[in-house]
Amino acid sequence: MKAPRFAYARPASLAEALALLAEYKDDARVLAGGQSLVPMMNFRVAAPKVLVDINRIAGLSGIKVAKNHLRIGALTRHVEIERSAEIAHHLPLIAAAMPHIAHPAIRNRGTFGGSCALGDPAAELPACALALGATFIAAGKKGERRIAARDFFTGLYATALKAGELLVAAEFPLKKPGYASAFGELARRHGDYAMVGVAAHGSTQGGKLSDMRVVFFGVEDRPERTARLERALDGQPATQKTVESAIAGLDADLSPRADLHGSAATKLHLAKVLAARVLKTMEGVAA
Amino acid sequence: MNAPMETIEISLDVNGERVKRSVPARLNLADFLRNELELTGTHVGCEHGVCGACTGRVDGEIVRSCLMFAAQADGCKVDTIEGLSDSREIEELQSAFVLTNALQCGFCTPGVLMAAQSLLRDEPNPSRERIREYLSGNYCRCTGYQAIVDAIEAVARARAGRSK
Repeated sequence: MKAPRFAYARPASLAEALALLAEYKDDARVLAGGQSLVPMMNFRVAAPKVLVDINRIAGLSGIKVAKNHLRIGALTRHVEIERSAEIAHHLPLIAAAMPHIAHPAIRNRGTFGGSCALGDPAAELPACALALGATFIAAGKKGERRIAARDFFTGLYATALKAGELLVAAEFPLKKPGYASAFGELARRHGDYAMVGVAAHGSTQGGKLSDMRVVFFGVEDRPERTARLERALDGQPATQKTVESAIAGLDADLSPRADLHGSAATKLHLAKVLAARVLKTMEGVAA
Repeated sequence: MNAPMETIEISLDVNGERVKRSVPARLNLADFLRNELELTGTHVGCEHGVCGACTGRVDGEIVRSCLMFAAQADGCKVDTIEGLSDSREIEELQSAFVLTNALQCGFCTPGVLMAAQSLLRDEPNPSRERIREYLSGNYCRCTGYQAIVDAIEAVARARAGRSK
């Protein structure tokens, strides 16, 4: 179908955008890449009265490396992240995730901030943000607010962003020596939303696993860390055997939602298969 | 532009020609190209970004024209399949598609050609696997893709042979 009627505004500055969001409150939606919002409008699942197009606001886009963190502007397109040498070097987990996000024509438009602010439970970048301990930065009329990734994703398509706030960037801690990442997902067609996906990050220094963060997406209503699996890995030798015996923890960690792709039992099974496959091939994990 | 409006004045470059129109905010770029400019080579399939039939180029990069509003293309340079065909940019691909019988009904073909040209511009000599992966966002319900991949591969190999 076609999108329902709406009024379109294209602010030239962050201040203008925030003023519009404050004025129209719940009637307004932010239009970034539009690769999820526009389909939702075409399906008539979303029918905002006002669209605030942030695509022409200077300064919302770009990747910057500082001493201890890497900052990704909310309007940075997926394609820019995919091709970034800084991302490949400092955040290899995100570099590994990018080719899984939809298709080239969609990655040319879709944005980092849009993906995170939408909070789709099957999306790749929210899971990476959680695994890497990112901090989101939201701007509102009263100034900026910092929100840890673990507090940011609050439910199905729900985030900690308040009405009138705009996600402007996220900061990621730079990868430390001895740390490794692994990413994988199962999808019927390359680029489709994941039936089950996993993003893992942690230290394999000295042949031991530590500080492991294993995040599943497409399984529950938001990306979720896996406390029991992570505990079973921590302090253990970085071997495939450790991975195999730790996977059982997922029975208690995950409560999959049945969806179009399969029953809860099927999804739990797929999560275990995928976790084993991905963690065993993580750099630093021995045969 | 500040106050939200339901009708937007836009000025953009389409296939090298300056176009000025007044458009409803809800009009997507694909419908603008087809209905307003009568450039009907851009096809509308699923209208939610899955099928790839509406693939066009905005400022040099391929996009889903059903997932962009015409208002957003204001000031942009838009290329459609008609432009790429007239400029002979995709001449070799078109010939290869004919030779390998890489289309049957032709509905997906403009979008596939757009995507293929974008791939070969960025990666002149892709593997068959890479071609398949790149085209994963373009549905073809006739050919089974084999001949499409053959055609794109043939163009890539021919170009690689010439540049040696």
